[in-house]
Amino acid sequence: MRLIIRGGTVVDPARGRMYRSDVLVDGERVAAVEKRIPARGARVLDAEGKLVLPGLIDMHVHLREPGQEYKETVATGTRAAARGGFTAVAAMPNTDPVADTAGVIRYVLEKAEDAGYARVCPVGALTRGSRGGELSEMGELCAAGAVAFSDDGRSVTSAAVMRRAMEYARMLGVPVISHCEDETLAGSGVMHEGLVSTRLGLRGIPAAAEEVMVARDLILAEMTGCHLHVAHVSTAGAVRLIREAKARGVRVTAEATPHHFTLTDRAVGDYNTLAKVKPPLRTDADVAAVREGLADGTIDVIATDHAPHAPHEKDVEFDAAAFGLVGLETAVGLVFTELVAKGVLDIPAAVAKMSLNPARILGLPSGDIEPGAVADLTVIDPDASEVVDPALLVSKSKNTPFDGYRLKGLPYATVVGGKVFLRDR
Amino acid sequence: MLGGSILQSKHCLGLADMSTEEMTEILDNAVPMKQVISRDIKKVPTLRGKTVVILFFEPSTRTRISFELAAKHLSADTVNVSVSTSSVSKGESLFDTARTIKALGADLVVLRHPAAGAPHILARLIDVPVINAGDGMHEHPTQALLDLFTLRERKGELQGLKVVIIGDILHSRVARSNIWGLTKFGADVHLVAPPTLLPAGIGQTGVTVHHRPEDALVDSDVVMVLRLQRERQREGLIPGVKEYARLYGLNAARLALARPDAVVMHPGPINRGVEITDDVADGTRALITDQVANGVAVRMAVLYLLTLGREN
Repeated sequence: MRLIIRGGTVVDPARGRMYRSDVLVDGERVAAVEKRIPARGARVLDAEGKLVLPGLIDMHVHLREPGQEYKETVATGTRAAARGGFTAVAAMPNTDPVADTAGVIRYVLEKAEDAGYARVCPVGALTRGSRGGELSEMGELCAAGAVAFSDDGRSVTSAAVMRRAMEYARMLGVPVISHCEDETLAGSGVMHEGLVSTRLGLRGIPAAAEEVMVARDLILAEMTGCHLHVAHVSTAGAVRLIREAKARGVRVTAEATPHHFTLTDRAVGDYNTLAKVKPPLRTDADVAAVREGLADGTIDVIATDHAPHAPHEKDVEFDAAAFGLVGLETAVGLVFTELVAKGVLDIPAAVAKMSLNPARILGLPSGDIEPGAVADLTVIDPDASEVVDPALLVSKSKNTPFDGYRLKGLPYATVVGGKVFLRDR
Repeated sequence: MLGGSILQSKHCLGLADMSTEEMTEILDNAVPMKQVISRDIKKVPTLRGKTVVILFFEPSTRTRISFELAAKHLSADTVNVSVSTSSVSKGESLFDTARTIKALGADLVVLRHPAAGAPHILARLIDVPVINAGDGMHEHPTQALLDLFTLRERKGELQGLKVVIIGDILHSRVARSNIWGLTKFGADVHLVAPPTLLPAGIGQTGVTVHHRPEDALVDSDVVMVLRLQRERQREGLIPGVKEYARLYGLNAARLALARPDAVVMHPGPINRGVEITDDVADGTRALITDQVANGVAVRMAVLYLLTLGREN
């Protein structure tokens, strides 16, 4: 099957440029990128006024399968990804059972293959059961398809275990993704520690809980030479630590989520559990610092930390509610509305943080639209606008704090290996 | 007896969101309520036929009894529900209970809950007024209102009073409600606690923070002492209870720094010899028993204004 994406503006994040061109897809691959390609019976996707990007990759997603299919499945999650403009997602290993064996990795890959929406790149558990003790069989997990390692959801408490894990990951040539949170400082906190938590009488998680662990992991990355990827950076101090480490030449990359560059702890409002997330929504100064880190390249990646939860896990007292929110279907709109429209990032830079950079970090062959490349493409309509309605999300869970937000700049079509998913079908 | 309510809010969830006009209306209405209590027959028919559900997810006798008496003095029917949070997951039981309350046809719910914000959630689930009787570390609005009432009774004006609150501010919903209430009325509020017992950012709320009682007590009109839970030592928040008593306990020598007519308050129950010495707690300047008595009057006013007052 041949497909022509007609008249769009192709974005090339690697070279930081945009140019008008048609794109011809033949089967699973890009066949030509030229000014005017005759249709000759090919299906034509009108991209006039739209942006044609290398397929977006969300490198931080919780698909919940196996074990918590009531929240999300590989099928519903990857369908939500495709609707959100993502051609691939990295699936975090905190499933039940934890993805600490080749069997779980293969199971997730098979489910993704069967579903046929966005691609899935599994992240293997760093330690067995993500309990922070013995290392998982990282070599076996890599052989089965794991692209990175993480005990996401919590930090590896023992610095010694983290050191060994990093040494091993370095040998395997894969990054360690660290959820940075000192559990003794975070305690039983449920939101950012500050004036808002004081007013609401909720226990706080200080910014230092994140920063202490970022500092430790940067030191260990420097010691071991392992590629450290810091997940969901949320504080000004963490941005500063990473910036300094990069200047020293430490092998570190970092990601920020749309909710951390958009919302503050005030979003908790009158105990809105949809705004309960780890790390917690911070202050205006932190949001500004995260944006600055995105702008100056300290933060390489925008990832959603898509964390679906069922209504009964959110419709409870704030203390009892689950941490996390869904992000796959609002990410592109938030990036264009909050970063591109406000001048934080230009379009190629924003696209780099959602395609080229995660591809490089995870060692995936994506990021370029050129003849011969796999046809993973995202078409975005920068002028399309809508108000977020949780009921319209195709993710199994609807726990978004962005209900009622007006977003401008939305995915129009997602092409995965030549297969087209139109957003509004 | 009473005019129509100007209460803007349907519920009484906290003083942070209450205007001085609303608080004043409650305090004004508590005056005739106090007269009712002083009579031989302590009963008015105001809330006859109304059902007040008193729902406690935390053990408490003082506050529960105070609400129960307040409702009974107003001739309301009361239903006491004590729910143990150990058996079921907290969330489920609160939501199930909300459904039960609806079915029972309650006219008003008084809720105490260990989770901050639980009354807000309940208020969103049911269409009858909810009174927060203490939620986690958040607020205990009727306790602060009774403190304001007691102070107004004793001092006339709240504006300009120097009020010192000593103790575990971090965990105290009473302190939080009092801070919001007192600062709105223009009192000069000073907090005294070690840094480990102060909530983040509290200094940005219009209060002055001290770590030594001696620095705060000079020229004070009111000294509010908070209960120190002994588990704060095990939690590592204070090195020891004995040291705390020495550094922060209110004794006669410290009280002598305050104005000669300064009064002493405590929300109870008292940890004698820890946060306050016997002689001060039992002394003539202590308003602790007045607080308990006024609590019933203030709660009568809140019950009245949230039920009948709104219908006028």
